Parts: sequence; structure tokens; C-alpha cells
Amino acid sequence: MILEVIDLKVEFPTRRGTLTALDGISFSIAPGEILGVVGESGAGKSITGLAVIGLLEPPGRIAAGEVRLEGRRIDNLPHEELRRLRGRRIGVIFQDPLTSLNPLYTIGHQIEETILTHLPMTKSEARTRALSLLREVGIPAPESRYSNYPHQFSGGMRQRVVIALALAAEPRLLIADEPTTALDVSIQAQIIALLKRLAGERGAAVMLITHDMGVIAETAQRVAVMYAGRIVEVGAVRDVIHSPRHPYTVGLMGSIPKIGLRKGKLVQIDGAMPRLNAIPPGCAFNPRCPRRFDRCLVERPELMPAGASRAACWLHAAT
Amino acid sequence: MPLLKLEGVSRDFDVSRPWLNRVLEREPRRILRAVDRVSFSVEPGETLALVGESGSGKSTVARLIVGLHQPTEGTVGFSGRRMQMIFQDPYASLNPRWRVRDIVAEPIRALHTRTRVDELLVQVGLSADDGEKYPHEFSGGQRQRISIARALAGEPDFLVCDEPTSALDVSVQAQILNLMTDLQSRLGLTYLFISHNLAVVSQVADRVGVMYCGRIVEFAPAAQLFTRPRHPYTRMLLDAVPDLAMSGKPRTPVAGEVPNPLAPPPGCTFHPRCPHANERCRVEVPQLLDDVACHGVAEGRI
Repeated sequence: MILEVIDLKVEFPTRRGTLTALDGISFSIAPGEILGVVGESGAGKSITGLAVIGLLEPPGRIAAGEVRLEGRRIDNLPHEELRRLRGRRIGVIFQDPLTSLNPLYTIGHQIEETILTHLPMTKSEARTRALSLLREVGIPAPESRYSNYPHQFSGGMRQRVVIALALAAEPRLLIADEPTTALDVSIQAQIIALLKRLAGERGAAVMLITHDMGVIAETAQRVAVMYAGRIVEVGAVRDVIHSPRHPYTVGLMGSIPKIGLRKGKLVQIDGAMPRLNAIPPGCAFNPRCPRRFDRCLVERPELMPAGASRAACWLHAAT
Repeated sequence: MPLLKLEGVSRDFDVSRPWLNRVLEREPRRILRAVDRVSFSVEPGETLALVGESGSGKSTVARLIVGLHQPTEGTVGFSGRRMQMIFQDPYASLNPRWRVRDIVAEPIRALHTRTRVDELLVQVGLSADDGEKYPHEFSGGQRQRISIARALAGEPDFLVCDEPTSALDVSVQAQILNLMTDLQSRLGLTYLFISHNLAVVSQVADRVGVMYCGRIVEFAPAAQLFTRPRHPYTRMLLDAVPDLAMSGKPRTPVAGEVPNPLAPPPGCTFHPRCPHANERCRVEVPQLLDDVACHGVAEGRI
């Protein structure tokens, strides 16, 4: 396994008490595997990504659990060591490419700089590598775009540059947080294809965070569905999409409009996800769940086998 | 008789640099044509959707219809009673200092009665008590319900909805789309629905217009557009939609990007990305013939 997250708990201490943003998150990603992490706003998917790379905004902190990269524990590393690790072993792609690029430097300079920081190379070797990375992510005529600034690129091209930057030091783990959300659908398809190809070719582990089940269906092998700071279902993408086991996943899949299902009512989950300071006891989904029963109100379910997947739902309890 | 009729509507925006720069640097004026000779009509009771990627001009069309922009050329004719607009961002479109009751009552302040506001709030799935609260006390989906209640206050028969669910989570989007469908059948509303999301459009639309670079490239009944797309751009858009069913059907990879609207390619604006483009496509602008603006389709090549 390249990444192992074990029983991770993230808390945000506030004046009105401590909020638990993530509670008991465990998952792992193998080399060459793309794990999709899907959920609606506030489910904790981005916090999971930030916790893995040690970029939680204070006062947020990891209160319990472990993060292991290639077997080595990284959540307790000193700040400086973690920073080096981040560029070298972990590449990060965010939703808005402009947050990852410095507007004052040419893109060639930024990629070269990243390579020189992490890899033992001369300046001219770094330049050659930067050019080949840009070619690989599909920037046409990289030599002529090398000394362009980020604002001279379109949104889709910028996201390609960010991917090149994330790959610069040959990371083992790639974290992509909503990498295609800001892009038009035709550009989204191109970026998805690119991510998929690169993960396959390089054998890196990819954690793909998105709200879009369609993107997961196209890209990932396994998917973890998050709700109110917990993983409620995890399994192979095909199983989770075609036969979801948790009532939340069932509702989520039903609420996605699909081309071809002509005008009619969508399945809807009434209500909204609870805020962090008002997570109900028992199963956090119980107030919205059409299939809740007594046990759901008092006892919190852990992930348990459910069909070919695993779901945190008492409907699947053996006893 | 159509409720709304657009005839040859165009809209230019002057994006020139300031006068002094133009004189000193001998630059001409720069005109961006956001909407180019768009004509269509909307029949009472139907939902017409406009789809396109960013910069296609779909939101400008919405603004031209409600009068937030004046057309540079062409005419917009409306024969209905009243129209209203619902915006994309329910955080920006509600005044944070006003109580919900006052927000909803604003269009009918002259004759505003408390019961009417209560009725409107209940109609969109909120409770009458919610009127006393402020917008920040609501989630995105509830705010969009408030926007809809406000839009319905003046009893419009036509609603222009500009990406009404794009800022919402998918489960909340389902709630809002269901609400809009309900209201349509209950109140006999007509919708112009603007969206970049083809799946959402297939859910709500009766007819669909596909826009690219300010022009309409294809018009079709929804059922036909999604099963037998004709324009190469429509086909490309449909191929780019993630395949949720994981059917593994073969698809042509999408290439290229939307061109710079300040310097659109000559001829058919889609020709640089089109697999079927020939010499004629590079020079001659295709007109909308039989609801498709494509030389290849007109010549029977595609």
C-alpha cells in the first residue's frame, strides 16, 4: 500500500466546544490505484485530503489515528520534514489552478524550481525534464509556452500545468481535490483521461476527491462515500454505482440526473446534511433515512460487509 | 402564439482599451460579439433549455430577455403577463440585511399581505415561520427556494432560470429540480432554463438549443437531441459527459478548447475542433437550416 489512513480523527476546537470534522476514517490506496472520495459539501472529503498532507488550517488538528506513506508514519513528522516530503513524495492538485501557480513567475521557471528542489539535477537537465512533463500533460508546443505566465493560459491548460507541477518530482501519491470542477465539460473529459493515463503509467496512488459521481465512474477503481465526517460506504466503483448498499448512497445515486431518463421526478433525499455541531446520535443519517429503525437512533454503525462492498448501516448487520 | 420570440438578436460588448491607449498605440476598437443573430420562440407551458460551455453566450441571452441588456440588433417580443428571473448564486442574490419575509414581499410591496407571503413560502417547501429569519440562517438549497418564492410573488407566467442549481449539491439539486417541475405543472409556468449541465437539461427540458460561441448550432426536442444529436458539437458535448452507467460504450475523445471570443475563427466557429470540417466550413458561416447550423449536415456528409 502506498497510503494507509487508520482511524483518523480531525477536530476543530472552537469557543463553543470541539467540533469533530472527521471521525474514524480508514482507507488505503495501492500503487497504480485511483481511489475516489465522494461526498456533498461539508461531508469532510477535502479535510481528509488536507489531513493526509498535513495542511489542515489551524486550529484544526489530527486528534487520533495515523497516516502512513509507504509504510512510514507521516502525521507526526516535524513541519519541515513534512514539507519536503510533500513536494517529493506527494503531489497535490487543487480545484482552482491559480491557487497552485505563482502569478509572478513563468510556468517553466516554476516547474524547473520544483524539480531542482527535490531531485538531484542540473539546471539544463531540469529544463529538459520540465519540457517533457509539459508535453506529457498535453501542452502543445511546450518550448514556446515555457516562458509564459499563468494568466496567459486558459483554465484547462492551467490545470495541465498544475498536473505537470504535481508530477515534477515523481511523487508516489497524488491528491487531486476537485481537479475538474472549475472546467467545462469538454475540458473535464480531457483532464480525466490525462489523470487516468498518468496514474496507470507511473504506478502512483491517486486520491481523487470530488462531488461528481460521474467523474468517479470514469476514473476510479474504488470509491469511498462520505457523509458527515465518516465513510458510510466503500467498495469497487461498479458495485457502489450499480448496487449501492447504504441508504444515503442509494439516495445520492437516485438524485443524479441522467441523460436519457426523460422528464420525471428525481429521487430526493429530504433535508440536508447536519452541521458539525449538530450531528445526531446513532447513525448521522438517521433523520433523513427512509429505512431507519430503533437501533439507528442510538448506536452508531461501523463499516460492515454489505453485498460486495462495505457499508456503515445497521440494515446489513449480521445479527 | 409563442409567449416569447427572439428575432435575429445580437449583442456586442465594447471591450476596447481606454481612448488614450488606443490613440497612442494605434489600436482599433475591440468589439466582442457575445450573442450572434439568435432567433427562437418559447411556447406557453414548455421548458426550453439553452446549453453551452462558458462563453457560449447563454447567460447573455437570458439577460437580453429580461432586459438587463439591450440587444445591439434584433428584437425580443414577449406576449405573456410578467417574467421573472432566478439566478445561479443564492448567496449573492438575497439581501443579507433583510428578513426573508421582506425579500419575498419586495416585488409586491404595494399590495403585500402577510398571508400571501406565508402562502409563497409554503409553496416552495419552507414554513411560514421562516419569514422572520435572515438569509444566512439558511442552506444553499433553502436560499434557492427563497429566490423562487420571490420570483413567484408577482405571479409571473414566464421564468428565466440562469443555472439555478449549479451552485448546489446533487441531492439538493434534485429537491430544487423537483420543486420547479411541480410548480410548473401547478401554476402553468413557462421556463427558459439555462445550464451547462446536459444531464440536468435532459431532466427538465422539452426542447433544447445548443449554443457555441454566441450562436445557436442546434435546436431539437429533448428526446431527439439526447438520442440522435446532429451537430458535431452536440455530439462532442454528449460524448464528454461522464458515463455514470459505466456501459463502456465507445466514444470519440474530445479535442481542443472554446476559441477566444475576441478572435473567433472564420466560417463555422467550431471548425478547428470539428473532425468533419472541410474548406467550406473554414470560410462560410453555416446558417440554421432545419434546426442545425452545419454544412456537413446540410450536405448530408455527416
